[in-house]
Amino acid sequence: MSRIDEAYAVAGSANAGSVGILADAGAMVSEARLPNAPVLHVPKRRKLSNRKATLACFVGTVVLLTALVVAGRLVEPAAMATDFAMKNLPPSLAHPFGTDWMGRDMLLRTLAGLSTSVLVGLLAAAASSVMALVLGTVAAVGGRRADAVVTWLIDLLMGVPHIVLLILISCALGKGFWGVTIGVALTHWANLARVVRAEVLQCRQSPFVAAAAKLGATRTQVAWRHMVPYVLPQFLVGLVLLFPHAILHEAAITFLGFGLPPEQPAIGIILSESMRYLTSGMWWLAVFPGLALVATVLLFDAAGGSLRKLADPRSAQE
Amino acid sequence: MDGEQHHHHSHAATSAHPGHHHLLTVEDLSVSFRMYDEDAPYFSAKQREVAVIENLSVSVHVGEIVAVVGASGSGKTLLADSIMGLFEPNALVSGRMWFDGEEMDAEGLARLRGHGISLVPQSVQNLDPLMKVGRQVEGFGARHGAAEAKAARERLFARYGLGPEVADMFPFQLSGGMARRVLLCCALADEPRLIVADEPTPGLDLPLAVRAMDDFRAFADDGGGVLLITHDIELALRVADRIAVFKDGTVVEETAVANFASPELLRSEFARELWHALPEHGFEAPVAQDDTAMHVGVGEQFTCSPTPRVAFKDEGRDEC
Amino acid sequence: MLRYAAGQVAKFVLLMLAVSLVTFALVSASPVDPAQANVGQAALASMGDAKRAQVASYWGSDLPFHERYLNWLAAALHGDFGTSLRFNAPVADVIATRAGNTLALMAVAWVVGGVLGFALGVAAGVRRGSRLDAAVKGYCYLLASTPVFWLALVLLVVFSVQLGWFPMGFSAPIGVASSDVTLADALHHMALPAITLSVTGVANIALHTREKTIDVMESDYVRFARTRGESTWGIVLRHGLRNLAMPAITLQFASISEIFGGSVLVEQVFSYPGLGQAAVTAGLGGDAALLAGIAVLSAALVFGGNLVANLLYGVVDPRIALRRGKLSAHAANETAEGGAL
Repeated sequence: MSRIDEAYAVAGSANAGSVGILADAGAMVSEARLPNAPVLHVPKRRKLSNRKATLACFVGTVVLLTALVVAGRLVEPAAMATDFAMKNLPPSLAHPFGTDWMGRDMLLRTLAGLSTSVLVGLLAAAASSVMALVLGTVAAVGGRRADAVVTWLIDLLMGVPHIVLLILISCALGKGFWGVTIGVALTHWANLARVVRAEVLQCRQSPFVAAAAKLGATRTQVAWRHMVPYVLPQFLVGLVLLFPHAILHEAAITFLGFGLPPEQPAIGIILSESMRYLTSGMWWLAVFPGLALVATVLLFDAAGGSLRKLADPRSAQE
Repeated sequence: MDGEQHHHHSHAATSAHPGHHHLLTVEDLSVSFRMYDEDAPYFSAKQREVAVIENLSVSVHVGEIVAVVGASGSGKTLLADSIMGLFEPNALVSGRMWFDGEEMDAEGLARLRGHGISLVPQSVQNLDPLMKVGRQVEGFGARHGAAEAKAARERLFARYGLGPEVADMFPFQLSGGMARRVLLCCALADEPRLIVADEPTPGLDLPLAVRAMDDFRAFADDGGGVLLITHDIELALRVADRIAVFKDGTVVEETAVANFASPELLRSEFARELWHALPEHGFEAPVAQDDTAMHVGVGEQFTCSPTPRVAFKDEGRDEC
Repeated sequence: MLRYAAGQVAKFVLLMLAVSLVTFALVSASPVDPAQANVGQAALASMGDAKRAQVASYWGSDLPFHERYLNWLAAALHGDFGTSLRFNAPVADVIATRAGNTLALMAVAWVVGGVLGFALGVAAGVRRGSRLDAAVKGYCYLLASTPVFWLALVLLVVFSVQLGWFPMGFSAPIGVASSDVTLADALHHMALPAITLSVTGVANIALHTREKTIDVMESDYVRFARTRGESTWGIVLRHGLRNLAMPAITLQFASISEIFGGSVLVEQVFSYPGLGQAAVTAGLGGDAALLAGIAVLSAALVFGGNLVANLLYGVVDPRIALRRGKLSAHAANETAEGGAL
């Protein structure tokens, strides 16, 4: 190392201002001594969000949601059991969510219904994310025409209100499980496709991809070694954050009568049936299943949020 | 130019002490942040306090331009922020500051913003993109009435060769040179005693930059003080009265420009290395042509492509 | 500027054509045969042969798809969307009588949700990290995870069933001739659906505005304004609102899609006779003409909203107005849509 290099090593690690202060501070990592002068400003938050805690939060929510789905599947037969001696009971210790007009336990029905809704949501969101990945990548690497076509498709998709489009698609497919699953899958890829497109574009223009290409790496090699690790985290975060939307839309479209059939335990069915009994004061038929749905969606949001915190260095250092 | 040591620094001929104090004194300024150690494995990374500025001291006298010279991205802007009393939410900032002989706490510094100390920022990004330029120069201080502010703005525009039509333009319509003068007018409209100029000549080559500095010279000669923050050592040597060499978050040497005449007059090792790296001293040090180090070239080109003269690494902010 | 506007309008027309094609294709693909599904309906029974032939030529005949589509499109361009089998009236009439109800509902939710959300977003963004910020954020995340139809059910249970403050549904008292319905009656019936929609509408705009506010407050020009001694709230009023208004308005126009979707669900819960309820009835009852008509209209509303936002940008933002620019509005539009998931 030349003398000049040493003299200016200050600038050495200050990589082009990517994270503002970080770049500034990256220059030298030294423990600060206690200030020996009056303090002019104290940081608002002394503690950073803890990475391990964030990871624990992510794992915890995933475990909880898995348990919910499994439990829902297991209790399904019990949830269908009618007992007319126990009908229309308000919430009690024996039946925390009350019972319905056929004496079915609402807690079990809610569990089974949530499980169905989550599974349909997961399936639809996963299918949607594959579409997003394909279309986003095509837009980014397929040249100007492909880009324009995908962008136009997104505009088109954004133009019809989701619920209306879901009704149309579900009707065209004859309603039922496939109607709602395909409907949700077809309507939810647009935002994630945008994310993928932006990430792939950014990655393609980055110096390390250009360098790899110059060094003789084939396109597949470049894609596999550089693009996938770069795009995958954002994609996974986007996928997890897609779940809540998919689940909410599944519930909504089933609630309207275009989704899962009435004999299936689904949260939308439970809520739509409850409408007939609300005027007679059976509020628990609607309130608890809905609350459980909100809680489930919040859990998915929390999972997505913590995953994003781990994947996005900017918010991690915040 | 006396070589006298005083408050860790030596004076230039213009350094004056009316009222027996400096216009601005900064002592033991430290700015640090809490962050993850990026070298450690992801989940076991420890959080630690990282100092970006550490025990920095610098002073500005009435009537002089002091240049703080250091590499881009080394935290010099945090110095400007601290003097303006602006702190990053997550920064720990400590230090003593005096303005015109009075010690300032955070509130005191806040009161001085636009009322004694004014900033001349780097680029047009510092203007509200959706507000007409004239209105922004006039400012919103309640000090004068609107008519008076307008008259003052018109005087400034006339003095700096900005036509009256410029007042009705939006920032995106300004050329680079116009933007620089508009930003200076913003500062002068607030009638400051001290100007803190943060890289005010981005992308100008030396002769143009020196000419741009004439305005600061005139301001200093009228009894103001200028703290010029720059990565450009050549510019600093041409226009400043004193130089504060900024390295590793602190000022390693604060000395009269005249002392750069010979390395024997410089006290710090780093300043002497800088001296040797200047082109007129024959680039004694071997210069690596990678852009993490300095670029050294011949000074007479009127382009702003790869910085044709001695300068610290710049991050491509140059506007061509 | 004119070229910019013309480009926007052309884009609008093209998208509407595409939407009509997709809608027609989806409705045609429905395995439910409209004639069969509505055998018992008065509309089909009372229909003249000519009308019956028209229904067949759109939805059920052996004509190739493109001919059926063109027939339907040509008639639609003349304002004839066919006959609603469920409501036994021309689709255009059904839509006209119900559009008022839905538009009133949406307008209230749009304005109230927009203004409230903007104010909360700015306040939270400026006071980032404060308790107010935490409260606004918490409210928005909670609302974003709450299905609007369930919220409607809960409000119905609490305010109509338990407290009896609001009627159980519909747009007017039952058994009162429509000419006798007073404005107060109509408002009373609209209140709860409108509140439901407004409350949910706040979340999106508030979160988005909060993010934008944080960006603006950390921008170079706000920092410079601070160095000139401007106070925080002075900066918000002079620089913040100016720079935040257009993104918020764009987003609000882009959220028409969300609000329409919400109104479909809310109308269903409150038995509110609007377009959304009609769309559900049409979808469930195999009323192809009505479903297609409402779908196309909803798309027109959404695209119209985006068009207005883009044109507004062209007028208000000097960077476009003066440059006859092309890119900025697109970019702004993109962020707005990105927020309106």
